[in-house]
Amino acid sequence: MSAFFSKSHITADSGYSRWMVPPSALAVHLCIGQAYAFSVFNDPLTRIIGISESVPEDWKLTTLGWIFSLAIVFLGLSAAFGGKWLEKVGPRLTMFVAACCFGSGFWLSALGVSLHQIWLVYLGYGVLGGIGLGLGYVSPVSTLIKWFPDRRGMATGMAIMGFGGGAMIGAPLAVGLMEYFKSETSVGVVETFMVMGSLYFVSMLIGALTIRIPPENWQPAGWVAPAVSNKMITKAHVHIDQALKTPQFYLLWLVLCLNVTAGIGVLGQASVMIQEMFKGTVTPAAAAGFVGLLSLFNMGGRFLWSSFSDYLGRKNTYYIFFAVGAMLYSLVPSMGMAGNKTLFVLLYALIMSMYGGGFSTIPAYLADIFGTRYVGGIHGRLLTAWATAGVLGPVLVNYLREYQLAQGVAKADAYNVTMYIMAAILVLGFICNWLIKPVHEKHHLKHDDFDELEGVYPKGGKA
Amino acid sequence: MSKKPTSLIALIVFWLYVVLPLIWGVSATIKKALALFA
Repeated sequence: MSAFFSKSHITADSGYSRWMVPPSALAVHLCIGQAYAFSVFNDPLTRIIGISESVPEDWKLTTLGWIFSLAIVFLGLSAAFGGKWLEKVGPRLTMFVAACCFGSGFWLSALGVSLHQIWLVYLGYGVLGGIGLGLGYVSPVSTLIKWFPDRRGMATGMAIMGFGGGAMIGAPLAVGLMEYFKSETSVGVVETFMVMGSLYFVSMLIGALTIRIPPENWQPAGWVAPAVSNKMITKAHVHIDQALKTPQFYLLWLVLCLNVTAGIGVLGQASVMIQEMFKGTVTPAAAAGFVGLLSLFNMGGRFLWSSFSDYLGRKNTYYIFFAVGAMLYSLVPSMGMAGNKTLFVLLYALIMSMYGGGFSTIPAYLADIFGTRYVGGIHGRLLTAWATAGVLGPVLVNYLREYQLAQGVAKADAYNVTMYIMAAILVLGFICNWLIKPVHEKHHLKHDDFDELEGVYPKGGKA
Repeated sequence: MSKKPTSLIALIVFWLYVVLPLIWGVSATIKKALALFA
C-alpha cells in the first residue's frame, strides 16, 4: 500500500506528457476553492430548526462565522507543517490525505447539522476541511514547477487559478443541490454536504491517482536552461529549515501578506461598498453581480499575471502589483465621488486581478530565490502570511470604517481613508520587494549535506 | 509503468474533465454579473 503512494511509483517514464499534470492539480484546486463559497450555506444554516425562518434555538451568523475562520487557520497550519512532509512523501499521498480530510470534513459537518451540534461542524469543515485545504493547496505546486522549468509561473498559475475558480463551481452547485433536497422538514443542507463531500472526495482522488513526478534531472525536450544567468534565479537549492534563516523568506512573507491584506480587506466589503458609494443606482442583486465579476478577475489574474511573470521576472511583476495597485486604490475614492460606476468597476477588477496574481506568482518567486527542490515545503510555510492577512485585512477595513462613521463621516465617504491606507500598505510591500536580493551562498545546500527528504547523502557525499 | 507516449485522447478527456465544470461555473458567474449593468 505504501509503495503505491511512494515517489518511485509515480515517477513518469519518458513518454509521459507533462500536460497531463495541470489537470491533476486542477482536479484538486477546483474542489478546495469551494471554501470561498462557503457563505452560501450561512442563511440555510441559520434556519435548520425553524426551516422557513430562523427561531431562537437556531444557530446565529456569529456562531457560523467561526466555521470559515477555523478552516482558514487550519489551512495555514497544515500548509506550514505539512509542507515538509509533502516533500518527503510526494504529491500522491498528500493529495490522498487532502481528499480524505476535505471529503470527510463535509460528511462530519452533515452529521453535525443533522444532530444540530455546532462543534461537529467546527471539527468537520473547520478543522478536517481546513487541513484538506492546506495540504491540497500546496501538494501539486512543487511538482508543477519541476515539470515546467521553462514556464514556472504559468504552471503554478494554472493550478492556483483553479482555487479561484472553485468558488464559481461550488456556489451554484451548493445552491442547486439545496434547492433539490429542501422539503417542508429540511433546508437540504445535510444532503448537500453529503453529496458535495462525496463529489469532492472522488475528484480529488482522481487528482491523486493521476499525478506524476518527473524523473531526476528531467528537462522538456529541446529546452536548454538560459545561458545568460539571471542573478534572481538560483540554480542552487536551499533547505526548508535553512530558508527560515534567510531575510529573503521574511521579506517574501511580508510581500505576500501585504498584497493579500490590501486585497482581502476590500474584497470582503465590495458588495456593501458599491451600494453605499452609488446609493440608489446599485441594487443588492447588482452588487452580488459585482462580487461575481471580481471573482472572475481574481481567477483570471491568477493565470495571466503569473504567466506574464515568466517574461517580466518575478520581482518586476510584484513591482507592478504594488506600484499600479497603490495608484488604483488611490483613484477609487475619486471615481466614487465622480459617480463613474464603469471606471469604478474597472479599477476594482484590475485590483482583484493583481490580488489573485500575488497568490499565483509567489511559488515561482520562491523557486527562483530558494531553488526548486524544497519549494513545496517553503511555500507551505509562507502561506502563514495568507492566514495572517485573512484576519488582518477584514479587521483593518472594518475598524477604519467604524472609526470614520463614529467621527461623523458620511457612509458613502467612509471608505476613502481606508483606500488610501490600503495604498500605503502596498507602498510598504513595494519596499519589501525592492529589498529582496539573491540568497547568500552560505545558505545553499552543500554537496555533502544530508538530504533528509531522500534519506541519503547525495552521490559523492559523506557516507 | 508503460513507456508508450500519452495518448492525445487521454489528454483531451482529462482536460475536458476539469475545464467543463469551470466553464459552467464561469458562465453562471457572468450571468450574475450582468445584473450590474442591467
